[in-house]
Amino acid sequence: MKRKSVSYAKWGYIFMIPFFVVYIIFSLYPLIQTFYNSFLDYVIDRGSIGGGWGAQTTATETIKFCGLDNYVNIFAKEETLLQSFWNTVIMWIIGFIPQIAVSLLLATWFTDLRLKIKAQGFFKTVIYLPNVIMASAVAFMFTSLLERGGSLFNATSWMTGEDLSILDTVWGTRGTIGFINFLLWYGNTTILLMAAIMGIDPTLYESAQIDGATPRDTFWKITIPLIRPILSFVLVTSMIGGLQMYDVPALLTKDQGNPKGKALTIIMEVQLRKDSGVGKASAVCIAIFIVSAILGIILMFGMNDDKPKKKKKKRRAA
Amino acid sequence: MTGSLEVVGQKTSNTTLTIRRIVAYVVLGILVFISLFPFFLLLINATRERRQVGIQFYPGSELINNIKKLFAPATAVAYGSVYRALLNSLIISASASLLSVYFSAITAYATHVYRFKLRKFADTFILLIMMVPTQASAIGFYRIMKNWGLTDSYIPLIVPAIAAPATYYFMKQYMASSLPLEIIEAARIDGCGEFRIFNSIVTPILKPAYAVQIIFTFVSNWNNFFMPRLIIDSKDKYTVPLVLSQMRVAGPQEKDNGVFYLYMVIAILPVVLVYLFLSKFIIRGIALGSVKG
Repeated sequence: MKRKSVSYAKWGYIFMIPFFVVYIIFSLYPLIQTFYNSFLDYVIDRGSIGGGWGAQTTATETIKFCGLDNYVNIFAKEETLLQSFWNTVIMWIIGFIPQIAVSLLLATWFTDLRLKIKAQGFFKTVIYLPNVIMASAVAFMFTSLLERGGSLFNATSWMTGEDLSILDTVWGTRGTIGFINFLLWYGNTTILLMAAIMGIDPTLYESAQIDGATPRDTFWKITIPLIRPILSFVLVTSMIGGLQMYDVPALLTKDQGNPKGKALTIIMEVQLRKDSGVGKASAVCIAIFIVSAILGIILMFGMNDDKPKKKKKKRRAA
Repeated sequence: MTGSLEVVGQKTSNTTLTIRRIVAYVVLGILVFISLFPFFLLLINATRERRQVGIQFYPGSELINNIKKLFAPATAVAYGSVYRALLNSLIISASASLLSVYFSAITAYATHVYRFKLRKFADTFILLIMMVPTQASAIGFYRIMKNWGLTDSYIPLIVPAIAAPATYYFMKQYMASSLPLEIIEAARIDGCGEFRIFNSIVTPILKPAYAVQIIFTFVSNWNNFFMPRLIIDSKDKYTVPLVLSQMRVAGPQEKDNGVFYLYMVIAILPVVLVYLFLSKFIIRGIALGSVKG
């Protein structure tokens, strides 16, 4: 009997084949290739021979090994890349701070046993709604509304002080992108935080209230410490997502990241360079990978500290 | 003495509770407004004319005209055909979500049911790669697809969905809570093969999890802009977001706001309808998939 159950092991391998084969071909191999390319001076020059109808496009590839030059370039020398990195970080912060604040507030209210918020299903459905909608459509919608001739042009252009759309100003554009990111993600974060808060033993709140704790006390002294693992999960996934910010700024600024390139994100630069500066674009990708890996590892260690607490939460949520 | 004190305490806490409740509903009301108002404007503006000034609160009379213009051949030439885009997005999203769910579930089933040497390793490995952003390998992915002649085809958009770590993780959690191993033992005793056990006994049990993940994967593929942008070149292969981005690039001359708003409505409508019908399950799914183990 025992021996027979061992013989099933091969099915474990067989069932995993498609997943791993596809992963290796479409993710791992490209990642290694990107890593390798990032050490190459890999430039494709596009030009054309002849003119008029007979014009032929040519692409000359120059490839040579250049060590860490690409990394030195993107971090130290080339200012546009460093600028796009800061742009990305700034726009992420503009979106994330209101996102986490509003989500914490909503999650606390929804789970407050004394507050008894009604129509929770309706509220949750509405606040999560923007997340299922195409980010590019939301971005396009906001440009159409805010630019000259848009419905909200008159309502917002006073902020620029001139007869300009707020999308013609650096902070107007950044603010709009941050706001859209907030709008897309606060519902998701609220639901995650709610699941975490509902996992906290309600008797903790009851006994704190009997001891005279105010809602503010219970929030800072009970809720926040006990949902720390989920908070760090939200923070890290949002940071990794923020590094990859693309749809919203690309649509909003017609791929150019204007005004003045102050809304250009790192991934937008990668898209722009996919057919020209391959080496540098690869280095940018690898930098994103390394930062995400570090964040992920920090998260894993951070969450491992709270093993027993987490187990309890899982059981309640299920 | 103590009795009256308690009553006083009760009263103040009741008024503060009422105040907190009012604040909560006001804030929620504002958030509902912020979340819905843009979509309201979108719907209203889709029924209005080419040039629109100021906020309008009632629909216009141009809806039929806008529909005609949106599906007209001239629009197809300028931005890519709307029919084609909808069809292309549907093909990609449907096949990607079905493949993703089936193969990720069977992988989760493998590490859930069978005891083999690399089981723990496979499980940890998949959890690790969940953190790796797809964009990190984008350039290598693009170059490789180009070398293999796969750019401007749907293969790079569909096949990679088979390896979906997040779906794997979700399935694994679902199996841990609702797939007793005894059922599989019983099926084996009845002489059922391993493949048939998965397809005809386990799959029906996993139906709710399949549904949630199909919706998630479908939505994320339908909305995906980065990958199609990287891979697709020709206009007749454009997906919905790519046509959208073409419209965005349109100059002030050819700009027709009514038609563009209408296109956005059409682009988001399928997903919004599915979401509104199934929001209960979807919201439960988000919480279930996220509580990390």
